Amino acid sequence: MLHEPASQCGPDASAEYKQNIGVWMFLLYAVVYAIFVAINLLRPLWMEKTVFMGLNLAMVYGFGLIVFALVEALIYNHMCRTHEADNKAAPEAK
Amino acid sequence: MAIAIFLTFVAAVLGLSFYFAAKTKSASGYFAAGGQIHWAVNGIAFAGDYLSAASFLGICGMIATSGYDGFLYSIGYLAGWIVALFVVAEPMKRLGKYTFTDALDAKFNSRGIKLAAAISTLVVSVFYLIPQMVGAGVLVEPLLGIPHYAGVIMVGAIVITIVATAGMTSTTYVQFIKGAMLVVFSFVVCVAVLYRGLSTEPDQGGRVPFYKYATLEAKEAKGALVVKDYKVLASVPAKAETYVKLEKGGVETWWLRSDRDGKIALKETQYEVKKADGSKLVNGLPATKENILRQNGGLEAIKGKTGPEAATGKVGPFEFLSILSDPETKINTWKIVKLSDGEDKVTVYAPSIKPGNKMMRPGLKFKVEGTPIQKLDFLSLMLALFLGTAALPHILIRYYTVPSAACARKSTIVAIAAIGFFYVLTMYMGLGAVVNAALNPVTDNMSAPLLARTFGTFLFAVISAIAFATVLGTVSGLIIAASGAVAHDLMDRYMQLGHTEKQKVRAGKIAAFVVGIIAIMLGILFQGMNVSFLVGLAFAVAASANLPAIIMILFWKKTTAKGIAASIVTGMVSAIGIIMFSPSMYDKFGLDPLTAPVPLDNPGIFSIPLSFLVLVVVSLLTQKKEEKAAA
Repeated sequence: MLHEPASQCGPDASAEYKQNIGVWMFLLYAVVYAIFVAINLLRPLWMEKTVFMGLNLAMVYGFGLIVFALVEALIYNHMCRTHEADNKAAPEAK
Repeated sequence: MAIAIFLTFVAAVLGLSFYFAAKTKSASGYFAAGGQIHWAVNGIAFAGDYLSAASFLGICGMIATSGYDGFLYSIGYLAGWIVALFVVAEPMKRLGKYTFTDALDAKFNSRGIKLAAAISTLVVSVFYLIPQMVGAGVLVEPLLGIPHYAGVIMVGAIVITIVATAGMTSTTYVQFIKGAMLVVFSFVVCVAVLYRGLSTEPDQGGRVPFYKYATLEAKEAKGALVVKDYKVLASVPAKAETYVKLEKGGVETWWLRSDRDGKIALKETQYEVKKADGSKLVNGLPATKENILRQNGGLEAIKGKTGPEAATGKVGPFEFLSILSDPETKINTWKIVKLSDGEDKVTVYAPSIKPGNKMMRPGLKFKVEGTPIQKLDFLSLMLALFLGTAALPHILIRYYTVPSAACARKSTIVAIAAIGFFYVLTMYMGLGAVVNAALNPVTDNMSAPLLARTFGTFLFAVISAIAFATVLGTVSGLIIAASGAVAHDLMDRYMQLGHTEKQKVRAGKIAAFVVGIIAIMLGILFQGMNVSFLVGLAFAVAASANLPAIIMILFWKKTTAKGIAASIVTGMVSAIGIIMFSPSMYDKFGLDPLTAPVPLDNPGIFSIPLSFLVLVVVSLLTQKKEEKAAA
């Protein structure tokens, strides 16, 4: 039996580019997440300080991590789409 | 009405399943919905898959009882999607066919990888199934008034019907509908919580009269405790506190003693007594359908104020959190203490008032200010949550239901948006449940549905039906993943039985039936076990067994088949091994947790690096052999 995906994907000229920016964006998020965990472990009392609109650092950082994930995801998608479109346009231009 | 809405929902789910059954003939259709699901539908279905009983029931319950520590689960679970999106989504889609084993094995065609990955898929799926089934029992018990085991069997039967009829297509649409409804109705509940505002005398919108717990003054005379109008029967020390048994008018009651500034106060508690003859008392009277424990929670003070003038009226979302974070806001929680009173077994639910600033930062559940071991345990949990998502088999198989790698990426982004929004809502639902005094003192798993009930029967019925569908959907996804591991990875690819498409689908359905039966049995066996505990275990096992293999196959060219197989086995065995000898499991086995050989509950901090290390070492040791073999 052939070992192929459930649906054919075809070659992806942007795969390497997407993998590279994916890794960098993952590392950026991992650093922000690691700082959050480190504050909890090393300076837990900082987390109860009010920092924005009456919210403490724990809430702002927690919500911030969720929002940051979505923002990064949208930026990543935009960069991938642009690169994929450029790659599609390039052969046609030739 | 609750039952009618619930049954309508189940009937709709089954109808959808039978409709798609007529269309599903091929293995690709059964295991991967033909790879033709729209990315937006798949994204919401991802949310449906992911927002399991642990998220909806477990996290809301944990936030209600432990404050911000419950929200840490939300943060960790969501962060895990970053790994899924940036590292795993597109490569997994390009490499795989039906299962995650396919992706790992795409380069090597190794029997070792097939066997190890299939077993890992089965193990993680089964661990993940247990809390879902337990959650189903917990949910159905009060809704339909049937025993826990009957609830578990009912869920199992429905899920087996769904999975064994149409596979991934119906599962996807069930998840899509459920995921969308979950987010929408959770938002409605949160808006209602903010609109109602905060009060120190919560009466659930006039549905349940506010109950003020009494405090008695006591004195010591000649070494004995004296309480006006009461007869003191016993004083029982437990966990550095003393519980006092009083009697008045023939009714025996239990009180928590509090010594402060030379004065003795006795605080009213709730309690259950199991008599030696098997009878049961609740709050001093025989247990009946009417005489049950009162719902707990509420606010003792709002920014230092009490009584009617403390009520806020409707509040904004930031204001709500800000008020609850104030040190002068006091939140009523409780602790569960087990006592022996002669031959009677007493369970006391004693008041424990938490200041807002402590409730709204880490520390109540996870001892971030504790010993180095406790800190390491917290670090280990956060690591497993971060790395576990992208290694869950029932999440990974969803990448094969969309037509392209770009669609896999886009559906992940939709999932992040929906799941992230839902996790923000968990904070409001959890805190909403505690401030409205809508908590069941025995189990916090019902916090979100009970909060909905404070806004009327309709919302309660809808939320309960969604919670039930949450369990149905997640269990369906897990059983599909497990049946794929058996029918596709083990029978077709490992044993090379040479099945036709039709035979593969039949094998998958039989496997789904068997796994479903196993899930029912385990769901009954593990009754009363904390829902989030086993989910945490599944995350740790998935992160340890699967993630190192996925990452290294994508990023390290020297990775070998033997390295992958060894890494999966090492991660799986070490993670399960550490958990089995952890304090929590010792406690569950009825042993002293302090004697547990492993001081950590969360294994990830050791088992994940160990799995990576084994993969690297074994790959380096097997380089030449594989190169020669390839030549």
